[in-house]
Amino acid sequence: MTPVVKDYEVHLEMFEGPLDLLLFLIKKNDLDIYDIPISQITQEYLSYLDLMKDLNLEVAGEFLVLASTLMQIKARTLLPSQDSEEEGPDPREELVAKLVEYQKYKEAAKFLEARAERFKDVFYRGSPHFSDEEKTLSIGVFDLLATLREVLDRAEEGGMEVAGEEFPIEDKMRKILHLLESRPYVFFKDIFQDERKRLAILTCFLALLELIKLQKVFARQDGPFAEILIYRKEAPASAEGGIDHGEHGTQERP
Amino acid sequence: MENTELKSVLETLLFITDRPLPIGQLCKVLGESDAGRIGSMIDELKSDYASRSASVQILEIAEGFQMATRPEHAAFVRKLYADKMTLKLSSAALETLSIIAYKQPLTRAEIEQIRGVEVIAALETLLEKRLVRVVGRKETVGRPLLYGTTPEFLRHFGLKSLSEMPPIESFRPSPAQDPPPAAEPAEASLASQNPEGA
Repeated sequence: MTPVVKDYEVHLEMFEGPLDLLLFLIKKNDLDIYDIPISQITQEYLSYLDLMKDLNLEVAGEFLVLASTLMQIKARTLLPSQDSEEEGPDPREELVAKLVEYQKYKEAAKFLEARAERFKDVFYRGSPHFSDEEKTLSIGVFDLLATLREVLDRAEEGGMEVAGEEFPIEDKMRKILHLLESRPYVFFKDIFQDERKRLAILTCFLALLELIKLQKVFARQDGPFAEILIYRKEAPASAEGGIDHGEHGTQERP
Repeated sequence: MENTELKSVLETLLFITDRPLPIGQLCKVLGESDAGRIGSMIDELKSDYASRSASVQILEIAEGFQMATRPEHAAFVRKLYADKMTLKLSSAALETLSIIAYKQPLTRAEIEQIRGVEVIAALETLLEKRLVRVVGRKETVGRPLLYGTTPEFLRHFGLKSLSEMPPIESFRPSPAQDPPPAAEPAEASLASQNPEGA
């Protein structure tokens, strides 16, 4: 299918890469990293790439490289292994080693994040460094995509393709902000509750990404694979007039 | 210098500095050759502050000592500096930073080798926030830049020195050790956030 909105592009590599996606799928399916069912994981990996293309997320070349590595491994497992000695290093072993190595640094990043959290309320003279915990996407892009897939599975299949103008992103952004006017947060899935058409759901999702980028809302997830919540972001005191949605009087925090 | 005066000057220096002061530098400025004496005096100041619940504290951070505010008052400091808020690091930036912290000095290509994806944007953020700096060039084809962490990195993460980072091997998760999706705790906390129901 054609991209929903041509001029809208999210640079995914700002957030995560192909190894993240693979680790995500391994965790999601509760698989052993040292014994990945290559056929299943390849299929899922490719279906996520398709979804990302549908959303016109810019799929970095590295994603395709990993896809071909996966398919190469899959092909090997299907072929008789008589001449395997001549073919140099086992791509499967290499991939597992890479995943294990990468995972260590991902864990180390969590350690750093916890340290920063512990010291976020201590300030020093000179360049005060404040962390505003609400400003970045606090959950992974793939978590969002996984939930989007669930929503899409319930969408009306088939039917006619509708022109993109019928679902302008701006309308969906207004809709999401409107939902958040009367309460501090909504469930991710509730945003799509009244959407039937696949294209409308995709547009809605893009609207959400745009709002996160504009820092008008942010997404939270309390644990791995828990429900995703979308929170309204309080307008910062210094940015008056910049945001014309939501009620400024309330001070409730998540 | 006599004890009371030394302590007073020491306090002045810790008050006025905008970066952590290493003990060696304190010795030099104070004209005191006994680092142990300075060290125990800092300890004295620390316990003085603690015993009278002072509004500031002295922290050993980034290979030195510096005064810092206390977490209880963070909300007011934030209010004062509302316009100077900086962004929290994205997970891409944090991962890039952890690779640099453990493998420094290293080149961008070497970071990308581990992350499996380009790190230009993350690296720019880290350089801009002065958590990372160029520490030299690798003597190889193209002489690529080498990156390493800064004292600001240590301060931001509340580390006394790089050796306070746990060994990287300690982060190796054993296979199939990941906890199953935590349905119950998640549910419980959702409920407490959402008294009126979904």
